[in-house]
Amino acid sequence: MARSFSVRRQRGFTTIAMVCFAALYLPIAVLVFYSFNAGESLASFDGMSLRWFEKAFQNQQVIDASLRSLQIASIAAVIATIAATMAALATTRTEPYRGLTMKYAFINQPLMIPEIVTAVALLIFFARIKIWTGYSGLGYLVAAHTAFCIPFAYLPIRARLENMDLTLEKAAADLYATPWNAFRYVTLPLLWPGILAGFMLAFVISLDDVVITEFVKSAGQDTLPTYMLGQIRRSITPEMNAISTLFLGLSICVVIVFFVVNRNRA
Amino acid sequence: MAELDAIEIRSVSKVFGFGEFAFSAVDNASVSIRQNEFFTLLGPSGCGKTTLLRLIAGFEYPTSGEIMLNGSDIAAMPPFKRPINTVFQSYALFPHMTVADNIGFGLTMLGRPKSEIKARVAAMLKLVRMEALAGRRTSQISGGQQQRVALARALAPQPKVLLLDEPLSALDYKLRKDMQIELKRLQSETGITFIFVTHDQEEALTMSDRIAVMSSGKILQVGKPREIYDAPTDRFVADFIGETNFLKGRIRSMTGGIAEVETRSAGRISATMPKDFATDGDVTLVLRPEHAALCPPVDHPACQMTGTLETVVYFGTDTHYHVRLADEETIFTLREQNKPLQAARFSEGDRVGIAIEPNAARVLRG
Amino acid sequence: MTDAVATVETEKTRDIRKRWLLSLPALLIILAAASGPLLIVVAYSFLTPGPYGDVVWQPSLDGWINVFLEKDIFDDTLSLASAHISIFVRSVVLSLVTTVLTLAIGFPTAYFIATRRETTRELWLLLITIPFWTNLLIRTFAILEIIRNEGLINGLLLRAGLIAKPLQMLFTDGAILTGMVYVYLPLMVLPLYASMEKLDFRLVEAGYDLYATPFKVLRRIIIPLVKPGIIAGSILVFIPALGAYVTPSILGGGKNLMLGNLIELQFGQGRNWPLGSALSIALMLIVMVALLFYVRNAGSQGSRQHG
Repeated sequence: MARSFSVRRQRGFTTIAMVCFAALYLPIAVLVFYSFNAGESLASFDGMSLRWFEKAFQNQQVIDASLRSLQIASIAAVIATIAATMAALATTRTEPYRGLTMKYAFINQPLMIPEIVTAVALLIFFARIKIWTGYSGLGYLVAAHTAFCIPFAYLPIRARLENMDLTLEKAAADLYATPWNAFRYVTLPLLWPGILAGFMLAFVISLDDVVITEFVKSAGQDTLPTYMLGQIRRSITPEMNAISTLFLGLSICVVIVFFVVNRNRA
Repeated sequence: MAELDAIEIRSVSKVFGFGEFAFSAVDNASVSIRQNEFFTLLGPSGCGKTTLLRLIAGFEYPTSGEIMLNGSDIAAMPPFKRPINTVFQSYALFPHMTVADNIGFGLTMLGRPKSEIKARVAAMLKLVRMEALAGRRTSQISGGQQQRVALARALAPQPKVLLLDEPLSALDYKLRKDMQIELKRLQSETGITFIFVTHDQEEALTMSDRIAVMSSGKILQVGKPREIYDAPTDRFVADFIGETNFLKGRIRSMTGGIAEVETRSAGRISATMPKDFATDGDVTLVLRPEHAALCPPVDHPACQMTGTLETVVYFGTDTHYHVRLADEETIFTLREQNKPLQAARFSEGDRVGIAIEPNAARVLRG
Repeated sequence: MTDAVATVETEKTRDIRKRWLLSLPALLIILAAASGPLLIVVAYSFLTPGPYGDVVWQPSLDGWINVFLEKDIFDDTLSLASAHISIFVRSVVLSLVTTVLTLAIGFPTAYFIATRRETTRELWLLLITIPFWTNLLIRTFAILEIIRNEGLINGLLLRAGLIAKPLQMLFTDGAILTGMVYVYLPLMVLPLYASMEKLDFRLVEAGYDLYATPFKVLRRIIIPLVKPGIIAGSILVFIPALGAYVTPSILGGGKNLMLGNLIELQFGQGRNWPLGSALSIALMLIVMVALLFYVRNAGSQGSRQHG
């Protein structure tokens, strides 16, 4: 029987899409598969083993870098989410006012500038401040990460606010809720999924950052990605595959939680 | 001392925008709404009725004028301080709360004791017959049920005035009919003043104690449903409420509230004049389609007009006839109730006469 | 002025003041740790390099001159800096090719997802979203594992006896291109999907009804309607590709530099911060031009839809 005509079908598109999905996942699959390789070479699979994972867990540098990554990502994501929530409340659901477009441009600015340029700018700027203040702690990395996380946290929060029914707050005011109570009992609970999504985006973005961290970090401040970059440039062992697999697992978990949270919007 | 009006609107205007983009949504409106009244603001979309309602609720502030609630001006008071509650067109139920929490929200915000809130919520659930669904999320109940919850939520704090913004427009026909009866019941049981906004004239006529008809931000006429329908004082009101025939003419003579009007299209017709009617002579005659009947075009004393029957439209309960009058321009519409197994008396193309019932025609200026 | 009008006025000013206070933290953080320092880069590009990196506070145009010209060590004559120019050209060409290739693969993929049933669509979308949020370094590393001399392809080919010594795939422009297409593909698919999802298929039906073939429907109806998505996706790929640093530094090695690596070099071994600053500003200017193109096209698209 002839295939029935479908207005949605375009010849060859499904094939290309399948190739695309395969191409996206095959390299990752290879990477993960070989992290369980007992041998050292990619050319042969010498049986299942967890030895590279063990090695990674015994590597103090890896542990330090991982903890540092999590620490920076947590602090930066919390601050960025709070700042982005406030900014989203200030820039949505209003008639245009003087400075509104400027605010949009400013908040999204880190998305518009190539990372390498921001990285160079921060390198120069923080180098000066280091000389002036003598401080060379993690504060610089946290500040830099917070700044580029803000636009990512801002996106879902703003989207959520803009989709929110304005009459709900009107109804609250009509039912004797003061502006603060209306925010506390109506706006905030309804905004919560957006805030959560914003936080997770910010967290993942901070966790993944390589370029800005690479330029801003002082000696001994490697995060997991910058440590990995250094290792990859020197010599590659399957230990890198094991670390990548763990990192991947974490990212995928966060993405799936993000997806589920975003899907269940009322 | 006479009882104070529940709401008194004094020369209220609301202008949106500035300069050349300025637009008067409400234009110098004045109206008094009595205690315990079912009062309707009726008009086409964009006439300013919803803006007027929002001004009373406190979501907008008037550009000029006063809004008196039981004798004190509330025009500048924020909505959460006004003892006035609203049933929103979209219901605006809080999606993250249960039915009971929605109903208790106002009392919670007023800081009432928990026991009182619980009792009030239970009473309200009973009032709107929703006891079984108290623990449901508002997203899990039907449109008609949401409507009831919205009503219960707005009534729970026992407001002085309840505002209803086209609350029935989202419901289907049958449910709408039921809710109309339900609303009347709730109003008489609670004794609260209802201000109801609608564009549906039938809804307004059947439910209201009094109606204010609005157009382009102005209140054109305020009166009981029967007054509005039978004795419109404005051409827009006559046109908007029900179907109406308009005939241009000049007054020939006036005696005791009855005018003899010479029409261009249909000869001389006698018509009732409104009180205190003053005119330079040019008037419009207003005639409802159901106040006229077809008759044979002979010199019958009741036949005041003649014309050609252009179309006959069968409506089940009645039949509509469109007659082109002698001036070849004006189309006159008549409506006759259908009787069982009655054969059509006239067919399209016939010469027909039109008989007007006594006192049916009314005179309007212009 | 009535009470009510006064209330409106004070509420408006209070609302705007509240909105400024609320946005202040975000604006200050971005000013301090993203936007503000860019101005310092501009300033540094006009200073003289210090002997051990950094700058000495002496105005100089050398940073900018060195972007495209180089001074002969012996006789101080200026000639075109062919190395820099070839890096600029390579960056722009590789980024453009990356954009075109991701579009060629991404468009059918986004279309495929947009035409799935609503229940399965979410799942396909998740499959794009996961790599989107997966560490770029790890994904580049995955490509490296496959194409390096000791990598999967060479390993398999050697074992099969098809080649005698490893094929040099790493450290070529092709490697950079493969990596960038792989890494930036999700950035193309997501905005394309966002605009295809809104596509009204009744319009496609109308096209078929009026005798258009599938290809003509694609060219005359679908592509014009999803043009905002195509432009957005292209910008989202082109800008980071142009400033790419991680992917070319891992897959391109020391010889096949892109702009990002050239900039890094000036702040590292090159110890020429003014030149690095000038290169950064130059990169930003190219990006600005691309963004301007986007804003103008997105703008005219919007007005056309309304008119």
